[in-house]
Amino acid sequence: MMTTDAKVTRVEYVPLWRVRLNLLLKSVRTNWALFAENPVGLVGLGVIIFFGLFALAHPILMNTVWEPRIYHPTMGYDMEIMAHPSGPSARHLLGTDPLGRDVLSQLMYSTRYEFVLGLLSAIVTVLIATTIGAVSAYYGGIVDTLLMRLVDLVIMVPFIPILIVMSSLMEVGMLELALIIGVLSGFGGTSIVVKSQALTVKVKPFIEAARIAGGGDAHIILKHLVPNLTPIALLYMMFVVTGAIFSEAVLSFFGLTTIEMSWGLMINVTQTQGYLMNFRTWYLLIPASLAITLLCAAFYLVGRALDEVVNPRLRRR
Amino acid sequence: MWKFLGKRLLQMLVTLLLFQAVTYFLIDAQPGDIADLLAMDPNIPPNERARLRAELGLDRPPVERFLTYIGNFYTGNLGVSFEEYPTKVIDIIKERLPRTLVLFVTASIVSFWTGFITGKVLAWRRGGFIEYASTITGVTLYTVFTPWFALMMIWLFAVKLDWLPAGKFLDPVEWLDAPITANLVFARMIWTALAGLVVMFAGFLLSNRVERRYRTGLRLASVLLPVGGVLLYWWDSGLALYGWDILSHLILPVLTVTAIAYGGMMLLTRTSMLETLREDYIMTARAKGLSEKVVRDKHAARNALLPVWTGLVFSIGGSISGGIITETMFSWPGIGLALLQAAQVADIPVAMGAFTLLGVMTLVSHLVADVGYAFLDPRIRYT
Repeated sequence: MMTTDAKVTRVEYVPLWRVRLNLLLKSVRTNWALFAENPVGLVGLGVIIFFGLFALAHPILMNTVWEPRIYHPTMGYDMEIMAHPSGPSARHLLGTDPLGRDVLSQLMYSTRYEFVLGLLSAIVTVLIATTIGAVSAYYGGIVDTLLMRLVDLVIMVPFIPILIVMSSLMEVGMLELALIIGVLSGFGGTSIVVKSQALTVKVKPFIEAARIAGGGDAHIILKHLVPNLTPIALLYMMFVVTGAIFSEAVLSFFGLTTIEMSWGLMINVTQTQGYLMNFRTWYLLIPASLAITLLCAAFYLVGRALDEVVNPRLRRR
Repeated sequence: MWKFLGKRLLQMLVTLLLFQAVTYFLIDAQPGDIADLLAMDPNIPPNERARLRAELGLDRPPVERFLTYIGNFYTGNLGVSFEEYPTKVIDIIKERLPRTLVLFVTASIVSFWTGFITGKVLAWRRGGFIEYASTITGVTLYTVFTPWFALMMIWLFAVKLDWLPAGKFLDPVEWLDAPITANLVFARMIWTALAGLVVMFAGFLLSNRVERRYRTGLRLASVLLPVGGVLLYWWDSGLALYGWDILSHLILPVLTVTAIAYGGMMLLTRTSMLETLREDYIMTARAKGLSEKVVRDKHAARNALLPVWTGLVFSIGGSISGGIITETMFSWPGIGLALLQAAQVADIPVAMGAFTLLGVMTLVSHLVADVGYAFLDPRIRYT
């Protein structure tokens, strides 16, 4: 009697975190297989990785081959070239801008800020949108009405005009811009999408089971509702990154931010120095514009590919 | 329906008030006002600046000013521009609103229509080169850096090919001895175009009711007659040259906004079509032996239209934003350009007026989209 009992209890003990990790790895593997079916999404991911390496390479280059006095993105100046802007050469692969600074160095230096801006505003958006979506779907009634009217108001606000107004109101740096964009898109369309997802999750049996087991509102929202909203929230993060990079570029291009260097600002410098309509100095305009377009498109493509993973009805099979 | 409209209009009014309050205090919170901008000017002594401030009402508390502003706004008085002092805001808006509306409405309608048709066809032909090419084109147009895209359009059509002027509303050299003002010519252009479109639309509606053999002829007539009539009117009025000048300046901005909005529409239609094609009724329609075209256009596309229409509502804000960027790039003197310039110099009345107007435009287009939804989907009834 005793021996059999001992046998049963001697089943190898697996800690809970390892079970969870295994489950996570398994779901990552299956979802990756679905994601990899879509070459367009892979192209997007490739472009993002390329820009990531591009951003990482800048400090390395600055510390090794590039002399800071000449190649510094904001304060560098190349004395050995007579007339700036100068076209692409062996010294400056993408030429120099009208103020004598290396275009390639500016391009690489700005990349890291674009990532920081995009990710920061996406995180703010997801936090706000998930909170609003979960709370308003869970409680319903007056809370829902109030929050949804607020969302309606924010959706109505034309995005770029309000940013123009805001930026004339205060000093808008990278951090402020990320917060403004995050708050605006968090209260906007994203929360509606998250809420509709939360409404379908809310009526599932496990929520009821949790309530019968004695779970409080906060416990149910945090432990049962929110984890089921993360896939869709992550998906919309990608679209927010696209919007954030685009908005920053437009605002910097209009000269309305206090950001010291960014892709939009590079085009702004081109404009203020009077080279915007001069299509022979293409190296002042094309690299920065192309970088903005490419990175925006890459995040958007990854978002679309994730959409096919999350939403099975879009898949080919 | 009417009850719904009334309720909706009331909601819109409340939203607009909130919207105005938020923007007014946002703009008002800016450090420094128009009088401070003159502080650098040694010809204006401090007491004169104080007088100016008192005259413009800038010395009173913000809440009081806001209430005065709202009171004046709803009695039709939008104030006077600070920057161009004696000009009334209402006059600036009267001049600029038609220009923005033409740009925005034309681009929205054309991009919706073309995007829907191409998205429909592309979803039908899935796989292979066309799918990737269309996705890449759509995403590029959707995410392209708008100012750059506008510049590339200018480079292609105005510099390289030299077909169209690069920007601005008109060419001042040609207007030196014009008999009437540009705004009147523009207004006349809008009215003739509207009249032509109404005739065309009526002809097409009628053509669906007549016997099949008359249909093609009637459709042809309903295209040719209005176009010919409008052209004849302009030829006869002797203002054709001026009309053409404005039109040629209009083409490039409209083309740019349309292309940008088109990308989103096409992608959305394609996604929506792909979802619809999995429905059982599509299989039923095929099983009945209906032709591919009928299944696509009558069974799939009509149902796929609903989410696209919803997407249109969400994209309205985006296309108004895109319109502002385009207006700036092409120096097209519309509401957006007015807003950008006024916001930079703390010209509160003009900025408020322009911003409120953009808000009203968004609100009205949301209303139009909601009412359109009820027409498209018989399951939705507003009571």
